[in-house]
Amino acid sequence: MRISMTINGTQCVMDVDPDDVLLDVLRGAGYLEVKGSCHAGDCGACTVLVDGRPVASCLTFAARVDGHSVTTVRGIGDGTHAHPLQRAFVENGAAQCGYCVPGAIVSAKALLDENPEPTEDEVRLAMDANYCRCTGYEQQVEAVLDAAEQLRKEARR
Amino acid sequence: MSDHVKGFSHAADGLPSAHVVGTSVDKVDGYSLVSGAPVYTDDIAAKEFPHRLHGKILRSPIAHGAITSIDTRTAEELSGVHLVLTFMNTPRTFYTTAGQGWPEPSPYDNQMFTERIRFVGDRVAAVFAETVEAAEEALHLIKVTYQEEPAVLDASDAMKPGAPLVHPENPKGAYDSAHNVAAHVDVAVGDVDAALAASDVTISETFETQYAQHVPMETHTSLAYVDDTGKMTIVTSTQVPWHVRRIVSRILGISMSRLRVIKPRIGGGFGAKQEILLEDLVAYAALRTGLPCEIELTRKEEFIASRTRHPMKIDISIGSDAAGHFKALKMYALSNTGAYGSHSLTVMSNTGSKTLPLYNKAKDVRFFGDAVYTNLPVAGAYRGYGATQGYAALETTIDDLAAKLHMDPIELRKMNMIQIGEGSPIFEALGEGRQGVAQTIKSSSLPELLALGAQTIGWEEKRGKRIRMGHKVRGVGMSMHMQGSGIPLIDMGSASMKLNEDGTYFLAVGATDIGTGSDTILTQMAAEVLGVSANMINILSSDTDLTPFDVGAYASSTTFVSGGAVVKAAKAVRNQVFAVAAEMLGENLDPILVTSEPKVEGDNDQPDPILSFYRMDNGNVVSVRSGKHVSVSDVAYRAYYEVGQHQIASTQSFVSPYSPPPFAAHFAEVEVDDLTGKVAVVNYVAAVDCGVSINPNLVRGQVMGAVANGIGYALTEEYRFSARGAMTNPSLFDYKILSRRDMPPVQVIVVDNYEPTGPLGAKSVAEININGPIPAIGNAIFDATGVRLHRSPYTPERVMNALRATQG
Repeated sequence: MRISMTINGTQCVMDVDPDDVLLDVLRGAGYLEVKGSCHAGDCGACTVLVDGRPVASCLTFAARVDGHSVTTVRGIGDGTHAHPLQRAFVENGAAQCGYCVPGAIVSAKALLDENPEPTEDEVRLAMDANYCRCTGYEQQVEAVLDAAEQLRKEARR
Repeated sequence: MSDHVKGFSHAADGLPSAHVVGTSVDKVDGYSLVSGAPVYTDDIAAKEFPHRLHGKILRSPIAHGAITSIDTRTAEELSGVHLVLTFMNTPRTFYTTAGQGWPEPSPYDNQMFTERIRFVGDRVAAVFAETVEAAEEALHLIKVTYQEEPAVLDASDAMKPGAPLVHPENPKGAYDSAHNVAAHVDVAVGDVDAALAASDVTISETFETQYAQHVPMETHTSLAYVDDTGKMTIVTSTQVPWHVRRIVSRILGISMSRLRVIKPRIGGGFGAKQEILLEDLVAYAALRTGLPCEIELTRKEEFIASRTRHPMKIDISIGSDAAGHFKALKMYALSNTGAYGSHSLTVMSNTGSKTLPLYNKAKDVRFFGDAVYTNLPVAGAYRGYGATQGYAALETTIDDLAAKLHMDPIELRKMNMIQIGEGSPIFEALGEGRQGVAQTIKSSSLPELLALGAQTIGWEEKRGKRIRMGHKVRGVGMSMHMQGSGIPLIDMGSASMKLNEDGTYFLAVGATDIGTGSDTILTQMAAEVLGVSANMINILSSDTDLTPFDVGAYASSTTFVSGGAVVKAAKAVRNQVFAVAAEMLGENLDPILVTSEPKVEGDNDQPDPILSFYRMDNGNVVSVRSGKHVSVSDVAYRAYYEVGQHQIASTQSFVSPYSPPPFAAHFAEVEVDDLTGKVAVVNYVAAVDCGVSINPNLVRGQVMGAVANGIGYALTEEYRFSARGAMTNPSLFDYKILSRRDMPPVQVIVVDNYEPTGPLGAKSVAEININGPIPAIGNAIFDATGVRLHRSPYTPERVMNALRATQG
């Protein structure tokens, strides 16, 4: 079946099978920044934003995204510079192996779009579905809080 | 210098001045990782080989038996299927999947495929097809009949007379396969039984640890293709590229000159990827089909058929005098290695060798153990590598001894712990599966770690108070640890460095960055020696054709061993630069100073003699004698284009007789719910000494990651099995690792000191902090309730049962 979606701002038309999941369709189309891990919705590695809301792309049928917009970690910045969330992840040492990071960052992006001044607990809750085995989470949480502060500063300018 | 933010404090007082070492520079791969670049094995496969074949493995549904017939014809005829592999059409070489040094210490009990089935999940066949779907469909079309046999599903039964034999073929290197013993250790210093009998106070306990998995976010993935020159190239998620090459070369009979192993970015390893699990299959399939072949394990396969932590049952006895001075330590480990003996000897050796020397005041010591085969999932290397299990037993038993002696557990440990200038006979008696190397402690922050940790958790105010809020009661507990920095006189790392004309450098290392940040800290070390910022150095790591040898990322070796090689290579290049600069300045420089082998040890108090003549300063060579300087770029141009042309470059390797232990003291505050048995960790403190912290942010990340994994291991992570030996919870839904909200507040305290045998004062840090949570939390539960748990994880059911048992 033919579907269309906006991926990181670009309109795409694709042929998919009804049972194709978004993760496989995106990777098949070259969006290799979306990483697969558990393929069961348990770990959050494959998280992308659909109309700004985080979803597990391994559990989402691509056909259900027909007519909607998808944002991956490559789509959150201006295309040239690192997004403040990405910068904060690097500067806080929040990416070790980095495999969970594309999913974790888009979950954080969805949170900050909705709530520019989250508490630490709100960050942990919003990203609870994003497992990380390397960092123990602390530096990732701090990175999101730092990025939130940076984004608020930029918004005031 | 010291640094303090919420959750992290770092003291680095009295260290030599440094300009790059000790700073949290960004990871060299940081921006690539956070932008989701296609850098992992499956990304590279998808990007470069869209028409590759996908491999899937048929796995045994039974725990023990034999394949009586296997028919692959229908599967082979399925559209899109290119190759089906079974024991009938693959090499029958015996090997070990354990990626370790040479000679290999694990038994050769593995073959690519065999007619024997040894656990639920064992390899039966593999299919390579044009799509994943076709490969999966073909698996269902393979007709196999099995002759099921009685299985050994409990390590305690494995050595009993008449027990089913897992490896009746008597594999080379197995200790006594006629009794299911893959490996055996027995090391004694003095007469421990006599010393125990003569001790004023003795205590004997047993602690059992469980099956657990590493859960790297990227599952094992391997890709193989034949390159333009006919060379077999394997891109693989591995911690040990050189061991992969050596082992695959032997299994498949491919010359090492025709076999290249590339390690791309790795999505976590933790020991699981110190193993050759898929590389033989993809390489053989690529050889047979001429097409690129890839296998990516599913999460379920990662659980049932990759590797696990060896479950152990440890008996421990301690004898002391009435004042608490240890006289005797005796430890017996029954280790369950599962169906294959991967790392069976060495993990068990470490259970003793990385724990008992911490309490070197005991003069009569014995460590012995058996690693037994069972028809259960295969154990292997896992962060902590046996020490985690050993400390679970040792540190909980010491806590009980403190209670018996009516002593503060910290005071009891202080009386008996190893100190600077001291050794332990165990260091020499017990190495990794063979004799060890004598060690003397040259740096230790243990006294500070104990004091700061106790202060931070509120030890004096909280211990023994059993503060109760309704049905919840609180307690505090602690534990103490050491590990090592590489395997002395075994682990070798090497590094090549060369100078570019603009004064930047290229560094090639065998060291394997699996997400730890080793590429970054090795760059920092080189930059420190060369007097430049880290971004003046470009690093390439882990390609068996393009970088020099390194044993790989394991045994907490990279910072210390690979770091030593980098420091030597950087010094050699620096000295060559000095030689050209001396010519340019018309000054004398003794060639011996330039060509003598650079050293790693003692930089703090015995700087290199050449530094009395020249030093590096921000891209310039400065003459100490004349004060004149030339730029390093001018040196390079002269050397490459103008006078006495030659390459400024060096390859150096490092192997050390030392393995300086990092130290740690862990503290936990828990709240135990009387009604449900639930244990909540409300505060956790990890105080750590890893010598000089090369990159404090990355040190903190190593500590936090290990603590998070350790708390999961202490509270929730556990394999469950059916009566027939099948794992019943092989998913991240049913096997619970800690999420962001599950993590308690953790305070990481790092107290630096200068380790004189380490590169720029560093020791390693990767593993040690996974050892704390089981004993520290168990001891806190004991403080809160008076109940001692002798088995991990501390699930509500186990805690509730233990509470009920004492309440009678």
